[in-house]
Formats: sequence, C-alpha cells, structure tokens
Amino acid sequence: MKIKNIKLEHGSGGALSRQLTEEIIYPILKNDSYRELSDATIIDYFVKSKKQLAFTTDTYTVDPPAFPGGDIGKLAIYGTCNDLAVSGAKPLFLSMGMVLEEGLSIEKLQSILLSIQEASTHAGIRIITGDTKVVPKGKGGEIYINTSGIGEVVFSHGISPSRIKPGDYIIISNSIGSHGIAVLSARESLSISSKIQSDVAFLYPLCEKLFTLQENLKFLRDATRGGISAVLNEIVSGNNFSIEIDEEEIPISDDILSISNILGLNPLEIANEGVFVAVVSKENKAKEAVNLLKDHPLGKNAAIVGRVTENYPGKVILNTNSGGKRILDFPRGLLLPRIC
Amino acid sequence: MFNILKEYKLEDKSTVGNLQKEIERIAHKIGREIKIMEVCGTHTVSIRKFGIHSLLPKNVRLISGPGCPVCVTPTSYIDHALQLVKNKRAVILTFGDMLKVPGSSGESLSAYMGNELVRVIYSPLEILKLRREISQPIVFLGIGFETTIPTIASVFKQVIETDINNTFLYTSFKTVPPALEVLLADPSNQIDGFLLPGHVSVILGEEPYREILEKSNKGVPGVITGFEPVDIMLGIYLTLKQIQNNEHRVENAYPRAVKPSGNSKARKIMDFLLKSADELWRGLGNLPKSGLKIREEYKSIDATIHFEFTDEYNHEPKGCLCAAVIQGKNIPTDCPHFGKSCLPETPIGPCMVSSEGACAAYYRYGVDRL
Repeated sequence: MKIKNIKLEHGSGGALSRQLTEEIIYPILKNDSYRELSDATIIDYFVKSKKQLAFTTDTYTVDPPAFPGGDIGKLAIYGTCNDLAVSGAKPLFLSMGMVLEEGLSIEKLQSILLSIQEASTHAGIRIITGDTKVVPKGKGGEIYINTSGIGEVVFSHGISPSRIKPGDYIIISNSIGSHGIAVLSARESLSISSKIQSDVAFLYPLCEKLFTLQENLKFLRDATRGGISAVLNEIVSGNNFSIEIDEEEIPISDDILSISNILGLNPLEIANEGVFVAVVSKENKAKEAVNLLKDHPLGKNAAIVGRVTENYPGKVILNTNSGGKRILDFPRGLLLPRIC
Repeated sequence: MFNILKEYKLEDKSTVGNLQKEIERIAHKIGREIKIMEVCGTHTVSIRKFGIHSLLPKNVRLISGPGCPVCVTPTSYIDHALQLVKNKRAVILTFGDMLKVPGSSGESLSAYMGNELVRVIYSPLEILKLRREISQPIVFLGIGFETTIPTIASVFKQVIETDINNTFLYTSFKTVPPALEVLLADPSNQIDGFLLPGHVSVILGEEPYREILEKSNKGVPGVITGFEPVDIMLGIYLTLKQIQNNEHRVENAYPRAVKPSGNSKARKIMDFLLKSADELWRGLGNLPKSGLKIREEYKSIDATIHFEFTDEYNHEPKGCLCAAVIQGKNIPTDCPHFGKSCLPETPIGPCMVSSEGACAAYYRYGVDRL
C-alpha cells in the first residue's frame, strides 16, 4: 500500500520504519557508503602523511521548512559544510538524523530528500549514516534535521580570533540579510518581500580561494544567526582590540535595506546562510581577498567594511551613514526564532 | 525598491556635516552648557542609533524626556495587570514592551506568557478578532501617547458598537503637553529647549505647545522634529538658533508629516471615547489634566471600574534612577545599576525594559562620548 503521510509507526523500528528507509529514503540518498542497514558505517579513509580532521554538528529547525531560495534539506547540508569550510576544512562526510512530525506528507519529505541529495552532490560530500525518528502530531515542527560533518583540514595556519591584531581588515563576502528576510516572508506571508530569495549556498569554493592568502588569512566565520553583528562582537569579546565598521561600505541591496527599515529590523542582525566575515592582514592582501571573492558569483558584492583598531577595546563601533559613531552591540532578544 | 532615506537624502553625510558645522558655530557663540531634551522615546533611539550624539559639540547635551510610554506607566498599573492574571480573572492583551516591566514585587507579566493568560498583540485591530475566540474576559493594556491612542480608541469604538461584552480597556494614556509644563516649572531641570515629538505632533499639530512654550515667561524653544539624521540635526540647529536669539517659539521642522492643525479626525475619535483627566506618571507624579480616561457613558468597557482598581502608586526599585532619568535630571550612566545589575535581559527599572527607554538606548548604542 502506498503511504501518503508519516505515521508514528514509521519511527517504531519495525516494519514501517524499514519501509520508510527502503522505499522513501534510500531511493534518493543511497550511495556506496550508505548502503547497508547497519548500526555504523566503516569509513575507508587512507592518508599518507599526518592530517587533521574537523568535526562539527548543527541542528536545523527552520520554520517553515521550505522558503524562497531553499528548504531545510539544503540548509542542513550547506550549513554544516559551511561550518567546516570556515574552519579551514574541506567537507567530506555527513551524518543525518531526522525528527519527523506525525502527519508530515511523504511528498514534502521526498522533496526535502531530493534537495538534500542535490546539495550533497553539489558539495561533493557523502551522507554515510542516518537515523529517523517520528514524534506525535503537535510535538514537532514538521521536520527537524541534525547533520554532523567531518572534513579534512586544508588550511594549516589556523583560523582563530587569537591571531587577529590591530591593523587587520574586516571583509564581508557578499550582500547581507536575504536568508532572514526570505524565511520571515515565507512565515508571515509578507507580500512586500516575496521576491527575496534566501542566500543559502555552499561556501567552501569561496573559502578555498581565501586559503591561498596563507598566513594573511586570520579568521573566517559564516554570519548565520545574529548576523554580521553577532560575528563581529564574538571576535572582539574579551579581547583588547576593537572593530570599526563603516556602515556605507556594508554590501546590502536596496530591497533588503528598505524592507528592514519598514519592519524595524537591523540588517546587521539578520541571519545569512551564504555570507561570511573574513579577517585579513595587510591592505594589499585584503584587496586581493576582495578580488578573489568577486571572481566567484557567491562573492560578487564582497567588500572591505572596516578595520581592527585599538581605540575601543572589546567593542564594535559603527560609523553611521550620516557620519555619526555608535556601538554595534550583540543582537538582543529573540528577533526571529527558528531561522535556521 | 523605493528607499526614502536615499531618495530624500535624509541620512546624507554632507547635509548632516553642514548642519554639524552650523551647530558647532552657534554653540560656540552661546558658550555655556546647553541642555536640549528630546521628549520622545523614538527620538532617543534614533539619536543613539544614527550616532547623532557623537556629532555634537561638548557644550550641547541631549537629554531624554518622559516620552517612552512604558517608562512613565505607574507600578500600580503593572501590579493590577498581574493580579488579573494570577487570579485568572481575565486574559491580558498587550504590546510586547510591557511584558518585562517589573511590578512592585519584581515579578513581570512575562512569567505568565506560557499559560494563554497573557498574549502579545502587534496591532490593536487584533483585539476585534481575538474577542470572538476567547471566552474569558479580555483586558487590553492601553498605554501610550497621542500617537497610539487614536488607533486604540477607534478599535474600542467598534467594541462598544457590538454586543459582545467581554472586552475591557485598561487605560494609562498620557498626553505630552502637560508633561512639558511640569518639566519647565521645575527650575532644577534647566532645560534650554525641546525637540518636540514628530509622531505625536502629527495628531496634535502645533497649537497645544504654544500655550506652554510661547505664552509663558518660562517658555523655551520647541522644534517639532522628524526622526532621520538630517531631521534631528535640523531640529537641534533650529533650537540653538532660537536660544542664541533669546526666542521661545514653536517651530515645525517636520512639515512633510506634521500639519499646523494636526489630524482633527484622529482627535475626534479620541474625544469620542476619552476625556481629559488627572494621571499618575512614573517619575513625574500625579499631573493635573495629563491623561485620558474613558468617558462615564462607556464605563462598561472600563477595566478600572469593572475590576475596581482604586489604588494608584509608584514603587521605585532600590537605587533605580529611572524617575530622575525621565525628568532629565540624571543620565543613565549615573545609575549604579546601569550595565551591571540592570541589563536589557534582566532589567530593574522600566527605562531599561522598553526599547525606547533612555537606559536601553544608552546601553545598546553607547554613551555620549564613546
């Protein structure tokens, strides 16, 4: 019998569980490593010399699961890959745990699985192990996904705030704010923002370009929850340097700017899924970094937006468009819950 | 998409820069310390957010006034709302800003968010929908100034016209002009001029300020000011020019939104439901004719009467300088709690609770000289 909706029994470990895996998940996600219904996957991974691995995990709860420009599947693959990428690692393997809410339509699940498959192929990673559980109707938001990722460290100089020094340059890799606005518009049916697409993207190719800057690349972080503002504040927090940003240099589209003004949101606090902050030393290297980024479609609006200075230790200072100066604080409150 | 800030150059650096030079020139000529009060909470936020405070000469100080609705709402009002929830007598509908304001016991409405007895709404229009879905009595916490009152009044006009009688309005409405009068009457305040609230003036027009600022010998300059960087710099510049010339006129620097006669339709709706009355302000005390209360003929929707809220009082948390901050006597950083025990996540006084509160704005965007 053809199943149309997820039932509690799909998570029971019994016949329906097996049916879900074999008839719905495997036809889409099966690969050479993810081939048997075993408890763990044995990885054949040979290295000739000493290599470091990076390991990360992230859980995705975005509401709604599908939004303009992407869905929770694409987000769960790229999001975890990006965490590896900005840590200087090339993503290799992912695990995937799904929590499904009773009643979720199989069609919707298949569409998410297809986008997982597509994103994995694009990113060149393999999902090598997985698990699925079902929760009763009303106890979950349709679908939650956890992915853990293993990557091979390819950037050997270390990506860490401890390497940042006054005089370094702050770079934003592309125009900000579109993921948050896209999800918000899908959630609240805001017609004014319906043409905004999430920027959710695989950032490793972009990061890889910056790895060629060698020791001049000090730090990378994707600006997801809390946006640019959160990343910059995390960098200065507890350190004896400050970051000074020029508002007019920040790459942002007129559309996002207008919509945030209308909604009273600070675009610097809005979540991105395809933008990172980079800290690079030396002016010529910072300019080179921007040129490298601009060469790639995902970095076409990259810009140097500010400097690391000694003037206001532990603080991020914003030079406003109108010529004023103020603190750019950590985002406060829960602006947009379940954004990723 | 059309971007008003860019189109009208309302945050144009060179225009702001030119105004900054003029402000410096006049301030230098005046010489002494000048205190200009921005009455409105939205101004406080804009000034901090755009970094306007960092552009002013040392002898010009902007001080925040009593124009943050949450900040001037008396403690007894919060206590009464808490009692309704605790005794399960009514469902409270409120704007989000009120949730975290501590009552006299330190407890706030946010503690009751989960149990359906406290609901946050974004527009008063939601009241009309919710009253059909909720079977218990509903009390809407109506706070604010002339800006928000007309919308609330028009919703309750509709409430009165229907025969569902489960919906009550609990008012703590304030009007701006009487507060200005009180602030001017206190010589220790030494206010040299007011940036008058743009949004409130859209409703009131220019006239209500004239009585207080132009016809009184205690009058000071008052400039109706908009909310973008160029607007605010222009407001400060015009205020200083008047101070330099020893004038005390009401000027309108926000004519693209404020008509001299205001919005008579909105005033009519307020007048339908509400009448002028004495009102207790946090920080300023009981001010004659400074509030708007529900008219006798509509007492069936008046929560104050229905639930018998008779006592009115203010209770200041120990050491909290909110009351003095509202009057411009102190700035937030004077307070021993500021940024230490009193933070946006764990506020002690209302000035740190509301996003429009002076303490919250100072904390978030930085103090006068960075």
